[in-house]
Amino acid sequence: MLKGTMRSAALGAALLAFGVVGNAAAQQTVKIGAIYPLSGNAASAGNFSKAAIELAVDLINNGNPDLKDVPLATGKGLPGLKGAKIEVVFADNQGTPAAGQNQALRLITEEKVVALIGAYQSGITVTTSAMAERHGIPFLTPESVAANLTERGFKWFFRATPVAGDFARAYSAFLKEQGAAGQKIATIAVVNENTEYGNSVASVIREVFAKDGLNVTQVIPYSANTTDVQPQVLQMKEKNPDVVIFISYTSDAILYAKTMKDLNWKPSIMIADNAGFNDPSFVSTSGALVEGLVNRSSFAVGKPGSVSAVVNELYKKKTGNDLDDPSARAMQGMLIMADAINRAGSTEPTKIQAALKATDLKASQVVTGYNGVKFDEKGQNVLASSLITQMQGGKYVPVWPKDKAAGDLKLPYKGW
Amino acid sequence: MSSILLQVIVSGLLIGAVYALFSSGLTLIWGMMNVINFAHGDFVMLAMYTAFIVWTAFGGGPLASVPIAAMTLATVGILSYFLLVRHIMKGPMLAQILSTFGLALLLRYSAFWYFGANFKTLPDTILGPPFVFGPIRIDAPRLLAGTVGLLVTLGLHLLLTRTALGSRMLAVSEDATAAQLMGIRPERMQAIAWGLAAGSTGIAGALIAAFFYTSPTVGETLAIIAFVTVAFGGFGSVPGALVAGLLIGVLEALSAYLIGPVYKDVVVYALFVLVLWTRPQGLMGKA
Repeated sequence: MLKGTMRSAALGAALLAFGVVGNAAAQQTVKIGAIYPLSGNAASAGNFSKAAIELAVDLINNGNPDLKDVPLATGKGLPGLKGAKIEVVFADNQGTPAAGQNQALRLITEEKVVALIGAYQSGITVTTSAMAERHGIPFLTPESVAANLTERGFKWFFRATPVAGDFARAYSAFLKEQGAAGQKIATIAVVNENTEYGNSVASVIREVFAKDGLNVTQVIPYSANTTDVQPQVLQMKEKNPDVVIFISYTSDAILYAKTMKDLNWKPSIMIADNAGFNDPSFVSTSGALVEGLVNRSSFAVGKPGSVSAVVNELYKKKTGNDLDDPSARAMQGMLIMADAINRAGSTEPTKIQAALKATDLKASQVVTGYNGVKFDEKGQNVLASSLITQMQGGKYVPVWPKDKAAGDLKLPYKGW
Repeated sequence: MSSILLQVIVSGLLIGAVYALFSSGLTLIWGMMNVINFAHGDFVMLAMYTAFIVWTAFGGGPLASVPIAAMTLATVGILSYFLLVRHIMKGPMLAQILSTFGLALLLRYSAFWYFGANFKTLPDTILGPPFVFGPIRIDAPRLLAGTVGLLVTLGLHLLLTRTALGSRMLAVSEDATAAQLMGIRPERMQAIAWGLAAGSTGIAGALIAAFFYTSPTVGETLAIIAFVTVAFGGFGSVPGALVAGLLIGVLEALSAYLIGPVYKDVVVYALFVLVLWTRPQGLMGKA
């Protein structure tokens, strides 16, 4: 038994060595692993992200003449690696941290990917990035926002998305402005799903709000896999807060939208922290029930001919849906990783890591609305930013801050 | 504030009746054949998609979608019996468990492949506005699902206890060889049991689709509740599923409202363990 294990370990080591040598010699394709929820409760969002990542790879491998500003979108592959093409190996995290971890291990040891991106849910990014850290492989999360992800002292971890603290400050500034304009903001409820994502964003919001003198009077954590959200809505109906902030995934977001209508209760300002509420299948199934819902986004379709508009058209042609915010961030993540590998001119992990650290993209070079991409020593993108949108007529329209707005903010919350 | 508490209880009873409805098919299969159908949740999922298609593509309301889903699922149930279950009944217990589990995955991933991972919902006004009694609001789709849930569960119980067909089915479940000597064909009875169970699951799915979301993995979420309901009420007991469903629904709602949503499962499972401790056969199961 032990002999067998050792023999297969030796064989594995030999294959690993051979794989590395083989890659360096051929350099035809560069394999990047992408771990997303392709099944399980977040599968809908995961598959939209997958389509966006495929679009990014298509731009790099085959090009698009309308996207001259976006690095590598000329279709010459990776010039830094003799025009090598990118191959993405997708893996399904099944919505559980354990499955995500196993898939990360498989991608690293069996598929021999040179870098990883993912994993949508913060709780799963925790385990998958730990696996990459152990094996010395660069890991970039395009969308996971839990605060502690960049506080672990990891050397191989990078994050392109704005984080909970950024949103919390945006919500706080937004609410204070609305309060000054005469809206009721005296009592605030925070309703969060209770995994890494929901818990960490909720606690950051409470911290920032407390500092800013905003009054969080009710906190309702719940499990996203629930079959029924009536008790939560009734708890709110009883306390009747002025403002509610939801931190939810897709299935629960749909249930909240339906149940609030069924039980006929709404706050005067309703805020959703992205995620489930930005899933195109939430927008198509429940958009009409949440007119006036305030949300955050790092992606908004700009004027015709702009990078975001061109990309949105391409995405729409591919999937039939507008590009949503989390998927746009996933796409951006793949573009950042490809750019770094190209500049590294190598598939060696340490060189990719160094190139990621040296990343310096301008606002005009990115698909999302970030002010650019530049990582600090913890791996956090310091130029990441987001704006506030509102559901108007079945679509999210940027409404705040004013200089980035494309429509007028309409309050109080209308609902159905 | 007591009006909100009353609403919590009413909401709990309604969702509980729905739990009972989609659990009765599971308990029937167990009662008839001592087989746990792990594909049960995915049967519900198929029924929800069937209802969704009938409702949106052909414009049929519940009057069309419920019978069509019931017939579709009854066919799926009978086919599952003849193509899969009949063969594995001769195999070891583990093979039986794994084969219905395999069927579950087959159905789930076929749905992924065919329908995609997107969530779908029916327009929420499809059955008209909610009923309002003073401070209490009862959502029409939930009321319909709850009422039909009670009727179907009672109907299944009467069928098993008061009709010749029911007696024949029970005879087969008690001793297939003896039943065969009496001129009953066990395979036919078992096929009917699968058809009935899957058919009632079809009714459940079609009704749940009116107020829940539909997605390929929705069966996973619902199946857990079905298993707890069946074990709580007693494996094989249709009235047990009814009582347990209502009890779980109200208990969940009350504990979520009074203590907090994250604690509702703790309360339900604590009572579950307590019941199994004192009555291992469940509330109304035969020892």
